[in-house]
Amino acid sequence: MELICPAGTPASLEAAVEAGADAVYCGFRDETNARNFPGLNFSREELRKGIAFAHRRGVRVLVAINTFARAGAFGLWQAAIDDAVAAGADALILADLATLDYAHRRHPGQRLHVSVQAGAANPDAIRFYAENFGARRVVLPRVLNVMEIASIVRETSCETEVFVFGGLCVMEEGRCSLSSYATGQSPNMNGVCSPASHVAYSERDGRIDSRLGGFTINSFGKDEPAGYPTLCKGRFATPKGSGYIFEEPVSLDAAVMLPALRDAGVTAFKIEGRQRGRAYIAGVVRSFRKILAAIDEGRSPPAASLMAMAEGQAGTVGAYRKGWR
Amino acid sequence: MQLTLGPVLYHWSPERWRDFYYRVADEAQVDAVVVGEAVCSKRAPFKQDHIPAVVERLEAAGKHVLHSSLILISLPRERRQTRELMQSDEAEVEINDLSCLAGLAPKPFAVGPFVNVYNEVAAGFLAERGATRICLPPELPLTAVAAISAAVPQLATEVFAFGRVPLAISARCYHARAHKLTKDNCRFVCEQDPDGMPVKTLDGAGFLSVNGVQTLSDSCASLLRDVPALRQAGVASLRLSPQGCDMVAVARLFRDVVDERIDPEEAERRLGEIYPNVPFSNGFLHGAPGHVRTGAGGATPGDRLVSQARGGSLHENRA
Repeated sequence: MELICPAGTPASLEAAVEAGADAVYCGFRDETNARNFPGLNFSREELRKGIAFAHRRGVRVLVAINTFARAGAFGLWQAAIDDAVAAGADALILADLATLDYAHRRHPGQRLHVSVQAGAANPDAIRFYAENFGARRVVLPRVLNVMEIASIVRETSCETEVFVFGGLCVMEEGRCSLSSYATGQSPNMNGVCSPASHVAYSERDGRIDSRLGGFTINSFGKDEPAGYPTLCKGRFATPKGSGYIFEEPVSLDAAVMLPALRDAGVTAFKIEGRQRGRAYIAGVVRSFRKILAAIDEGRSPPAASLMAMAEGQAGTVGAYRKGWR
Repeated sequence: MQLTLGPVLYHWSPERWRDFYYRVADEAQVDAVVVGEAVCSKRAPFKQDHIPAVVERLEAAGKHVLHSSLILISLPRERRQTRELMQSDEAEVEINDLSCLAGLAPKPFAVGPFVNVYNEVAAGFLAERGATRICLPPELPLTAVAAISAAVPQLATEVFAFGRVPLAISARCYHARAHKLTKDNCRFVCEQDPDGMPVKTLDGAGFLSVNGVQTLSDSCASLLRDVPALRQAGVASLRLSPQGCDMVAVARLFRDVVDERIDPEEAERRLGEIYPNVPFSNGFLHGAPGHVRTGAGGATPGDRLVSQARGGSLHENRA
């Protein structure tokens, strides 16, 4: 079982490597990757050095080029692919038919992973990516339960990777335009969701309202911490009542599901959070290393070791457990 | 420029669904009609029995009929349904998930708005494999629409021109959740909202609309005033997505604008009478937030005014 860890900066990459990651994933500092946040990501030179550092310690580096290429500007995505290959990337994480097709033709030996943003949610979709582009691994969307994952593993020759900790999309990844509806900026096109540049807080009648692109996403009383207005984790009003109609402001913590996911045949566990600092990365990676070691030795995993990392957010196992739907 | 009637995205009663298409066959000035269930496989059995008669009536009226695949395919029965659809000799399929293309001998197909085609390279890839027409994702700006149309002329491009905009799909059913049910035991509560369940902000502004596992916009896309620019961009067809309003009248208005029999501004005013109390938007096409309604030539700042007041609307529409 591999542990795949996020790195938004060279410092986080080093922290993840030293904390025990089997592989680190990262992206270039532009719109070609789905965590295109200010102050994050790698220059060409930083990626080259980061890969060399990781390889000296036996850790692989996966480069995410997982937005959908802008029409008429494919050169930017081609260059990202070529440069990642030249820098020695162990795999490219791609979502777009265009980037997959280009990488497969131009760099036939290069290992390709299908990004979660491709939304490959069944064995037929995975077969499509394997047959057309020689994809070796697929990162599964967070819409499947463990039994469905097990049946996917049985039916495909592709390796599978699943998210086990961090941010949780409740919509199928890669097919959500909620953010761009409110702000004009989307994960698919711009590599951002609910961007900070469009967030505003205001006070009204002793309450704090959070807004995204002018829409009120939540309203907090004095006793509630004012959380970030991630669109699908907001409180809204419907004829059936008000509240968290899509999902509460929770994050994914599937640590308790690791044995079941391992038994399902999953190859790699992925931690979300390229936007997180190095201390967070190091802490989460170390915790997961301990949990995985315990599982390997047949011991019960250390309890609640990750709760401190969740920053006051409740954890959920999301769709992995039947009944979430 | 042609008109395509997209699939009914909502869970209408089987009789309403059937009669809607009978009327479309007899009266609507549309060239192509997409039938079938795209959103939730649990709804499919309700309309299954009516599909042959609906298709026959539409084809007899000279409409080009396409069969929609599901958007999110994960259960074994959903995969089976999809395979049967793709292997059918008669049905021309509009694929909404790439798994439709796995391991199949090539036959011509259409690409629906839920397949991620954001550029000419992806469009060209699908055209090489047998795609003949493509309805582009609603979030694409006009620049991308024009680039794709120009680079892949063998593919008839279509844009989402009328209807609440589909924004997301999930494994979780938000209709069931709102009714404190689960998806497996949903009692088909989505049927209670044949035009979607309104989702407002806590201060009362219209925002989204829930349709089972799908989330749509509260605003209704209207590209009536963009028709000249779309024609220039090489768009072959406009998609009208069925809402709970007189779709025959909607199609007539779009036909009149396409044929330059009516001024687009006047047409949109009349559209507001056909589908009242729903704000119109065209922001995506102009590279703006999707909810925005801009002038046909570009964003007008006045359209983006945001009312902060309780109960205020975010849309400065229908001025």
